[in-house]
Parts: sequence; structure tokens; C-alpha cells
Amino acid sequence: MSNVTLHVNGATHTLDIDPSTRLLYILRNDLGLQGPRFGCGLGQCGACTVLIDGIATRSCVTTTSRVVGKITTLEGLAKNGELDPVQQAWIDEQVPQCGFCQNGQIMTAKALLDRNPSPTDDEIREGMALALCRCMTYYRVQAAIKRVVHGAQANKTAIVEEVAK
Amino acid sequence: MTIFTNVPKAIEEVMVNQTASTSRRDFLKNSGALVVSFGATAVTGTASLADVEGGVEAISPQAAGPYPDPDFRQLDTWVAIHADNTATFYVGKTDLGQGTGTAFRQMMADELDIAYDKTSLVMGRTDVTPDQGGSGGSDAIQRDGWPMRRAAAEARRVLLELASEQLGVPVEKLDVHDGVVTLKSDPSKTITYADLISERRFNVMLTGRDVNTVSGVADVKPVGDLRIVGQSPQRYDIPPKVDGSLRWAVDVTLPEMVHARNVRPPFAGATVRNVDESSVANLPGFIRVIRRGNYVAVICEREEQAVNAARQLQVDWKKPTTAPFPTSDGLFPYMRKATPTSKSEPSVLGNPDAALADAAQVVEAEYDFPFQGHTALGPAHALADPSDGQMTIYSNDMKSYGMRNGIAKFLGMPRDRVRVVWMEGPQAYGRTAADDAGFEAAFLANEIGRPVRMQWMRDEETAWDTKGPAFTFKMRGGLDTQGTLVALEYDAQSADYNHVGYNDPDTVLISQLMGTRPATPSRGGAATPSEMYAIPNRRTSTQIVRLPLIWETPLRTGNLRDPNGPQVTFASESFIDELAAATNTDPVEFRLNLLTGSAEDDSGFRRARSIAVIRAAADSYGWDTRPSPTPSGAGAILTGRGIAYTYRSQTIVAEIAEVEVNRETGHVWVKRLVCAHDCGLIINPEGLRRTIECGMLHSLSRALHEEVQFNTEKVTSVDWVTHPSLRHTDTPDEINVVLVNGDPNPNRSDLPPYGAGEAICKPLIAAVANAIYDATGVRLRRPPFRDERVLAALMATRV
Repeated sequence: MSNVTLHVNGATHTLDIDPSTRLLYILRNDLGLQGPRFGCGLGQCGACTVLIDGIATRSCVTTTSRVVGKITTLEGLAKNGELDPVQQAWIDEQVPQCGFCQNGQIMTAKALLDRNPSPTDDEIREGMALALCRCMTYYRVQAAIKRVVHGAQANKTAIVEEVAK
Repeated sequence: MTIFTNVPKAIEEVMVNQTASTSRRDFLKNSGALVVSFGATAVTGTASLADVEGGVEAISPQAAGPYPDPDFRQLDTWVAIHADNTATFYVGKTDLGQGTGTAFRQMMADELDIAYDKTSLVMGRTDVTPDQGGSGGSDAIQRDGWPMRRAAAEARRVLLELASEQLGVPVEKLDVHDGVVTLKSDPSKTITYADLISERRFNVMLTGRDVNTVSGVADVKPVGDLRIVGQSPQRYDIPPKVDGSLRWAVDVTLPEMVHARNVRPPFAGATVRNVDESSVANLPGFIRVIRRGNYVAVICEREEQAVNAARQLQVDWKKPTTAPFPTSDGLFPYMRKATPTSKSEPSVLGNPDAALADAAQVVEAEYDFPFQGHTALGPAHALADPSDGQMTIYSNDMKSYGMRNGIAKFLGMPRDRVRVVWMEGPQAYGRTAADDAGFEAAFLANEIGRPVRMQWMRDEETAWDTKGPAFTFKMRGGLDTQGTLVALEYDAQSADYNHVGYNDPDTVLISQLMGTRPATPSRGGAATPSEMYAIPNRRTSTQIVRLPLIWETPLRTGNLRDPNGPQVTFASESFIDELAAATNTDPVEFRLNLLTGSAEDDSGFRRARSIAVIRAAADSYGWDTRPSPTPSGAGAILTGRGIAYTYRSQTIVAEIAEVEVNRETGHVWVKRLVCAHDCGLIINPEGLRRTIECGMLHSLSRALHEEVQFNTEKVTSVDWVTHPSLRHTDTPDEINVVLVNGDPNPNRSDLPPYGAGEAICKPLIAAVANAIYDATGVRLRRPPFRDERVLAALMATRV
């Protein structure tokens, strides 16, 4: 055990922990930040994603003592009580089904948009490729990202018809 | 301690907790325990999600038991009116992510005549909500919505009678809107529901032999009078899922809680010779190794310690002497040679033998479908609290009531000492391993007398969750000289022997590993096609086969979203396409000819609605009438379109896929999807659209990627590399959803709602296979259509 200092969502925490512990367990169990989740423990699915200095990082394979930089979790995206535009787009677009993966979708999208505020459709697909969803909300996730980029009008997903035969 | 009398205790707690802070404090003081980790305060309407989905306000501490069954014949079990003129509804269902919770609120608010945003909902808590069985079978709206509506309608009736007494006028002279009753002749005279009853009991008995038939005196409203049904209020659970404030089953923590991990057999059918506890005894935080038969688990103080200890524990496993199963590559030849464990009595219409003998053309085809898993994004998990001689399980099990009964039996505890608190969880499409984890957590908690949080690891979840069964199919069709389908033979074989149910205390995985066996394994099932084609001569038969190992096997079969539907419809609707191609007929036209070949229909008008749905899909897509395949194009990319149609119960669906096939790599991209969908009365159109989109993509993942692979020792699909899934890069450019009301009398006042969570999964794989055929002229008869398999098929026919 040893003291490790973490900067998370604007606060500084010094914790007496096994420094080799994966960051995910520290965030969830010691700091009570449960936005990031365990999905695979292998860095393959993205459910555990946090931002470290703005970079989307898989906390399930990140050794806590090696973290240098400021950590942002899902809980830290909102500023002054106002949701991040990515989160708001997620609500406007009604993206989630079960929602278990959505931390990974939102945090990956946030990092993508911070790096590239106007991605093309292909750049969205590629940029999000490593964030898995087993309810398959991909189409709406992409629509929500486009909503952030272009506003609601440019949203291609509104093609819906209703017919009575 | 309470202002209520004669209230079921569990209901009383919730009412007290939600309304009377002094009682609440007494209550907590008396209990001597305070749950610490809840605190979500996302407000939805007037009750917060913390209240309804796991807040400290709603989840009472352990000492509050016993937990008798809420009486479904008591109106108070379903509806409570609060002092602020809001209502809480209690239903015995669970929302798996399709927004059924929002739909329940809409239906009940509509019948009660209260604004949607003045309502809240409690679901799936066995001590508080009536047992409606939890979720399954897409029956949330179709079946279980009815008692909810009738209860809410009865509450409205009772409230209006109270108002009539108070205002001294007959009920007919009253209006009610948004929970406010008004005198028709003098709108200034009003009284609210809260004024009439707030926090008091209705004390009204409902009638009905079971929860499905329960009813009051009041009738539900005719469809034309519904105002909230048919609107699309946003799902109340999405904001707290997006801002991180919702506490899920996976998030619950309790004082003194410890962490457990399982140690699974490294080979299917392996048995424990010895467990060397000393291999982990000195690890930090180590508490205990628990072993019963071949069930082994490690318990530690901290989560990462349990993960580590489970990895390091030395167990001497004895390999079985015979192979538990063939390899996944050898599965289909094995199944075809196997002696069936059971056969269905063939269903015969007309004289298929004679018709096939006389046919101008006979088409034959065989199809294969692999085992596919649930592979939930979040592995199975549960927290069990054994304090005070009771057991509370915090779980995302979609059938929380079954889990309560199963665990009570498994542990030998009285039912009223056990409760399950359902909370949100990952993807529960039929059966994840949620119940396994719940039983394991409860068993371990009972053993060590502390709250135990169990969570599976990724390899465990992917290898050991229940599987949708593999199938082989043999089909023959006879066409006359006009190209009309006059005979059809369907024979399906599924590897579904010993299909496990839900929460059965003698077949959940821990029970199997401990050596428990029911007297007879379950027979298993193999379904038959669902279509309304008029084919005069038919033979339909099914058979079940078994693999060598049926107990303690990672290839245990269970219900996977729309059980057997994708398999069966892949074969049946691929074959219809083959027949259309054999007669050089357009695939839409061929299907419509089969549907219009008879004027007979069933009571739900499935034939007429099938025709409407297929036409709507073709119109929306802009279908160009021509036979498949399309004339071959130049370049690497070939494009094509395919259709498939089916129904599930009374929900009719037709789907069209447009594909791009790269003939150099074999890669298939589904560029566009169209779905025409008729599920009768629609409660929430926007919610339905998303369910349809995501359900289609779920099947697209099964079409393109998913297959459980195994060698003769174990399942080798253990993570997202060895078991690939659909990704963002596979997403279609465009998905069009057409919501059809094909009822002959679309505006009828009793138009019923049908289920919508599963029908969409059925036809998609066939639609993709048919589109690939249209693009390439190559018929793929075995999913998934992974690049290498498609490329090999293209090479074999030199496309």
C-alpha cells in the first residue's frame, strides 16, 4: 500500500492503496464514481472509459500509480449544473437502450469532438469504432454526435414514415 | 409509526418513506441500518429515480422484513396518490432498455387522468410490486399493460365517486383533467385527487383469478379517448443514465460488503480433485475459498483482490475422459448424424408427397445456424445481503420474482424472508447470466454472513452464459408449371436438449456445478416458421438433438431474444427467396402472390396485415421489381437488396436490407435498412422506433459476426476479439422505420397493442442473406457472414 494522488473532476484525492490497482476499481469503489463500468477488463469494449487530460482512456487496464494528468469521469462532464452538449444531445436523440455501455459511448464521443469538432460521417464511425454497444444503439449514437456537430436540423435520422393501410 | 392501517407492510414502507419524514427517521432508527451508497437525485416528474429505482428513500433496510407478497387484488398495490397530487404506479415488470417503463406510465396516467409528468413508477421489486413475472416474451404491453390500465381506470372511478360525494353531484356531472376534478356546470368548483385521497388507502378490492385478469368495475378507455398513449414523452430513465447519477444493480454497496469471483472449470465437464487454499491464503484481503462440488469461488475484502485471488487459486481439475462436444466446425455434421432425443409429430397439410412428386420443379436446400450467445456488455452481477436472517438480492434479473422464488428454494428459506430488488442492468434479452450471479451471491452471503457482491469476468460471461441453440434445416419446395409454390417441406433440428429455464434452483449454473440434477432434463424446442403464405401442401417437422455433455456445460441453451426466431426465419425466408429465384420472380412479388393466394384470415387479420406491411416496406425502400440476382456490376463493390417477412404472435414485420459486398475482401456492409412494423396500437412511437432500429442491428450483429466457437475441450469465444460483435463501423447509413396500422378497421376503439421487442429480430438475417444473393448470385446458407466465409463462397463460384 502507498499513497497515490489523483486529480478527478476538479478535486484532488490522496489515497492509501495498492498502487498497481486498476484505475477503474479505485474510481468506482474508493471514490464512488460509478459512471465508468466494468465491461471486459481487457480494454476492448470501452465501458470503463474516462478522459485523462482529454484523452479517452480505458480505466480497466490503466494502473493507478501511472496516471499522470487530470481525470474526468462521466460525472464530471457537466459544468455548473449544465450538461455537456454531448450529454444533452444524447437526451435529445434518446440514444440509450439499456444504457450500460453509454459511459463509453459518451466519453469516447466527447474526446472525439474535442479533438475534431466537425468530424465527417466516416470519421465518426472510425473514431467510435472501439466503443461497443450490445443493444446496438450505434445509429442513434452517431445521430447524437451529428446533432452536436450540425445541430438538430442536419440530423439524418428523422426519416420516419407512418402509414395506415 | 404510521398513519396507515391494514397496509401490506412493504407498501406501507414505501408510502411512509415517500411521504412522512418523521416516520421515515423512526423507521431508519428502528432498523439500525442505513444503506449508504444511494444518492441519485435525478428528478423525473415529481418522484426522483432515486425513489423508484434504488434510492435510499425506496429501498428499506434489511430489518424491515418479512416480505409478504403484495396483493394484486388490492387497488393500493398498483396506485398511490400523494399529497402533492402526484401518483406512483407499482408494476411487476422490468424495463430492459426498450422504454417499457415510460410506456407503463403513459398507459396508467392516461387511464387515471393525470399528467404523465406527475407520475412515477416502481418496477420489479418483489416486496413492493405485484408479481407480473418480470419481463419476457415481448408481453409487457401486449399482456401486462392490461391489468395496469384496468387498475388505473378503477382508481379514477373511485376518485370520481369520492368527488361526487364531496361535491354533492352525480359523477356524470364531473369532468377530470390532470388529476383535478371539475364541476361541468361550474368549472370554478374543483377538487384534486390529493384532496380526495392523498396518502390514504383506496381499500378497494379488485377481482380476477390471477394477476393477468385482475380488474375493477371501471372499463378502460376506448382508444380514441387516450391522450398520453400515442405521444412520445422522453424516457425518464435516460437523463440519469447520461449524467452518471443513476445507481444500477452493479453500483450498490453496503457496509461490510465483500467481493466474490468464481473460478470456472478450465475444461467443460472437468471435476475438482483438490483446491489448494494456501495458494491464495496470504494474499491481501483474502477471506475465504468456498467450494461445493465443482463450484469454486473466492471471497476478498476488495474487488481487485478477489479478481486477483480467483486467478491465482490453484485448483487441480480432472479432465473428462470423453469430449464434451464436437468442435464448432464439426458441429453441423455431428448434428445431422445424431439420433434425435425427441421428434415432433409432423404437421401435415394436404398431400405434400404427391404434390412434390407431381411438381414441375423441386428446389431443395439445407441451412445451418451456429450457437450464439447473449454476451452482455456487462458481465453477470448481484449483491446479496444476508443480515437479520433474511436475504435481499439487488439484481438486474429481468424476472426478479422468479429469482426470489428460486433463491428461497435453493437456500431453504421461507419465501417471505427473501426479496429481490430489481435495478437497471446491461442487456437482458431473454436471459443473461443475471440469475446465476444472484444465486451465487445469495449462496456465498449465506455462507459467510456478510453482504457479498458477485461479478463475473468477461471470459466467464462470454463462454458460460446461456446460448441460443444451433440449428440445421432441410427444406424442399415444389413449384408447378406456373411457378406457383404448391408444396413445402420444412425439417428443423436444434441442439436444444436440456434447455435451461429461468431461475430454476436445480438448473442454474451453481446448482449444476454442485451436482444437483432434476429428474429429467428439459426436452428442448425447435420452432417452425411464422408466415401466412397460402401453400396447399405442407409438411413441417422438428427434432431435438443433444451434445455429449449436457450438465455443467458452457453450451447450455437458454432463451436468447426471440428464442429460435432468427434461426428459423433465416432458413424459411432464405428458402422462399430461393424459390422466387428459381421461378425468376421478384422476391416481393413472389411473397405477395403467396399471401394473396387465399382470402382466409385469422382473428387478428394477420394475412391482411402481412400484405400491408410488405407493401409498406417495399414502398418505403423504393423497391424496383425484378428477379434476383441483380445484373453483375463492375469493380470491387457489388450491391443488392433483399427482403424477408414474418410475424411474432400478432406483430407483423417486413425488413429490407441493402448491401454492399466487396468481392475482393468478402466484406459485407449493410448500407440501408427498412423496417415496416405493425404492432397494433402504439404507445410511444419514438420509443418504438428506437427499439426497432436497435433490434434490427442486434440481428445484424448475429448475421455478420456472432458465433460461439469451441474445440473439443472448451468454448474458445471468450472476449470481443474471439467473439466479435457489431461495431460503429458496421452501422448502416440509413435506417427507415415505417409504423403500419394494417388493421382492416384502423381506427377501431378496441385496437389492441402487441409486443415489439422481438419480432424485429426474426427476419433480418434472411433479408441480409437475400441481399447478398441479389448482389452476388451466391447463396449463403450459414451465418455469420464474416469476410472470410463470404470471400470463400465468392471464390468458389468465381464471382
